[in-house]
This record gives sequence, C-alpha cells and structure tokens, in this order.
Amino acid sequence: MARSLKKGPYIDPKLAKKIAAMERSGSKRVVRTWSRRSMITPELVGHTLAIYNGKKFFPVYITENMVGHKLGEFSPTRTFRAHSGGGGRR
Amino acid sequence: MARIAGVDLPRNKRVDIALTAIYGIGRYTAVQIVTDLEIDPGKKVDTLAENEIGQLRDKVQEYKIEGDLRREIDQNIKRLMDINSYRGLRHRRQLPVRGQRTNTNARTRKGKARTISVGRKAKEAARKGG
Repeated sequence: MARSLKKGPYIDPKLAKKIAAMERSGSKRVVRTWSRRSMITPELVGHTLAIYNGKKFFPVYITENMVGHKLGEFSPTRTFRAHSGGGGRR
Repeated sequence: MARIAGVDLPRNKRVDIALTAIYGIGRYTAVQIVTDLEIDPGKKVDTLAENEIGQLRDKVQEYKIEGDLRREIDQNIKRLMDINSYRGLRHRRQLPVRGQRTNTNARTRKGKARTISVGRKAKEAARKGG
C-alpha cells in the first residue's frame, strides 16, 4: 500500500533539520541517521549519509537517481555469505 | 494475414484475443482498442477487412509496446541496480525482489532446483525432522 499523496513524502524532521543546517553553513559532513524510513528528497542529493542497518552506519552517497526511494533501501540489513561447498553457479 | 506492430501475426482467433499476442497489450487494452474503433471483438482476424487492419495498426501505435516497452522495463531494472538499492541487489542475484520467501519456492526467479551440498549437521536435522 502506497502512502497517500496528500500527505507528501515522509522525512524525519530531525534529519531534515540537520540537512537544512548543513545547507546553510555550506559544510559537507557525513550525517549519521537511524531514519531508514525517510524518503530521499532532492535536497539530500550530493550529501553522504551514514545509514544505520542495525549494526553499523553504512555510508551512502546520494545521487539524483535515488530521489523518491527510502534511505533504508541503500543500507542492506542482512549478510548472506554463500553456503559451504561453494561452486554452484556464477 | 494481419501483421501489426512488426512481427505479430495472430490468426483465426477473435480480434480482442489476437491483439494480446502483442507484447504490452493485454485483455483490457485489447478490448479498449476494439471498442474505440467499433470493430466487433468476436470477429476472427482472417475476416477483417483491409481498412480495419489499417485502423488497428494505427491505434496500436498509440501504446508503448514490444521493443520500446521491453527497453523501458530493462532500463528501470538497470536503474535499480545502478543505484545499489535493495531491489537492484535482488535483481542482480536473480532472487525474488518483493520480499517473498526463498527458503522454499521462488523457483521462477531461482530457476530449476539444484541440490546444494549440505553439511553434516543439516543432514542430521533433516533426518530427524523427516
């Protein structure tokens, strides 16, 4: 179920504030965030965010193409390291 | 012989069904096309008049079909892969993209089942469980 358009995109207010402050001062720093559910807005493009994946902060450089996706989509939460025996395909 | 949108030449079927042979046209669009042109959907393709085929040909142009559609879809998938999104990752690994289970099933994406060699522990567990 998609979010109602009426509400507009969700972005964590805290994160939005941090970005806005950074925009004003012109400084570029990696911002740590837990807010995986935030939508990527055009303001975020060009910044690097460290998105928490439950274990560590996964640095993601935001590009134009990512606008409209959620932050969490870019910070994988699971590790799968192949079955023993190996071989198989690829 | 009706050749619409390149290679598709459906035959001796109702027009509304025959149109679905075109990639990008399903039942819904097919019925819509036929009603827009006021062609009887039950008419077989063989019996279509030359001008009716022409009409269909023009109408079908209005939709994104065949190669163009395929290209668009591929581009969308490629975009997901390029931006390193979770969905892109799943596409890269040929695994289901929309959160389906993969412990069992997911055969469409994973292809034909291949047995993976199992460790001793897993085998014992399977024997007990079975």
